Amino acid sequence: MSASSGPAAGAVTTGPQGLPRLLAGLDGSGAAMTFDRHAQVHGPLPQVSPHELIELVEQSGLRGRGGADFPAARKLRAVAERSRNATVVVNGSETEPASAKDRLLLERMPHLVLDGAELAAAAVGAREVVVKVGERATNAQRSLQAAIGLRGNDQVKFDLAVGPDGYVTGEESAVMHFLNNGKSLPTFVPPRPFERGYRGRPTLIQNPETLAQIALVARYGDFWYRELGTAADPGSALVTISGAVAAPGVYELAFGTPMTDLLAAAGGSTEPLQALLIGGYFGTWVESARALRLRLAREELRSVGCSLGSGVLIALGKSSCGLHESARVIDYLAAQSAGQCGPCVHGLRAIADSFGAIADGVAHRSERDRMLRWASEIRGRGACHHPDGAARFVESAIRVFGRELSGHSRARCTAKPAGLPVGNGVR
Amino acid sequence: MSARVRVNPITCEGHGLCAELLPELIRLDDWGYPIIDEALVPDDLLGLARRAVDACPTLALLLTEE
Repeated sequence: MSASSGPAAGAVTTGPQGLPRLLAGLDGSGAAMTFDRHAQVHGPLPQVSPHELIELVEQSGLRGRGGADFPAARKLRAVAERSRNATVVVNGSETEPASAKDRLLLERMPHLVLDGAELAAAAVGAREVVVKVGERATNAQRSLQAAIGLRGNDQVKFDLAVGPDGYVTGEESAVMHFLNNGKSLPTFVPPRPFERGYRGRPTLIQNPETLAQIALVARYGDFWYRELGTAADPGSALVTISGAVAAPGVYELAFGTPMTDLLAAAGGSTEPLQALLIGGYFGTWVESARALRLRLAREELRSVGCSLGSGVLIALGKSSCGLHESARVIDYLAAQSAGQCGPCVHGLRAIADSFGAIADGVAHRSERDRMLRWASEIRGRGACHHPDGAARFVESAIRVFGRELSGHSRARCTAKPAGLPVGNGVR
Repeated sequence: MSARVRVNPITCEGHGLCAELLPELIRLDDWGYPIIDEALVPDDLLGLARRAVDACPTLALLLTEE
């Protein structure tokens, strides 16, 4: 289709060549990019019809960057097809402790995210955009407040909503519940947000990075978008890299980039690695020899049972203990249960206690199998995916670090803590 | 027509009546909460499934017939 193969009418026709894209124009000052500077880098908001925008996003192949990988165009279309007055919610909760990319966008490039939200609002027939962030993300709140003050018009109104922090508060239904009733707890679905969301209206809820990508696709076209990445996974992604690397941080990389290049982008590893955690705490541990052969692409990641999630990569050095690090994370995840569903409340607590005992070498030999049974049993039995993600994490931890169990039951483990973040590091 | 059983895990309090009345499809975990091994309800169990739905004290067991 011709309308979707080039840039939109009236748009700046040449996008950034190569990388960075999302982070183009970002300087080292740490300050938010001004509206003027943003306009210099990317030009004005393009004029695109709702139909055109959804077509562009569809042709680009863009998928949601909040962790679920859902095609962005399908979500747009689902809301656009409902005739009632819709709402756009920017889900800036980013509750994954090891993720920092959404905060980076909201703090430093708020106008790019708000551009995407404004375009999405026009596409789905929404007159209201609500940006939701956590209480502790004070820098992002300040940037957004200032950016919102410079925007808004007859077509769309922007609001900032600040909600409690906590691992499950970023889940879609929990965000809806918070905006509607002030409770940051997941709800039983359906209805899904596109059916009945904010104030009962059809709601498009998108991750900040997804909206920022939409702002670029609308300007430069889907053909430009596909110039980077692979055929199946076009474009670029923000990845938060931490752990045993010299320069932990948020990096923009093309899909298809080898894992070794990802680590090199973060300054390289600071010691020999034993494993990578791919996809955050709902993600999967992969032995380093295997992980380093992978590329940043959904198919390849799926072949080892993982997904990129919200773009989190943690490198674990050989001097650390994967079992103890995992035990801390599972304990954290159990504590982060919303406390609503029996299988999650009781199951995750039991799994965490059991994993802790196993890691400390004080559990009976049969404990491992009992814990793995619990992990498989809690899958799919919560209102949200918290138990599923935790189960996946536990199972991969045993798969990758399980052979160290016998050593742990013989002698005290003396590895130094790697300090995987468990929810305390949010600015 | 196919019927499926589903549990609303938020309202479920683990009374366990569903597993008593419909052991063919539902068993309990170590804490007494239902695990649905097979959600699709065969025709000959439809009556029992409806009874189990009615018996749930918190109305957490759901039957969808399409």
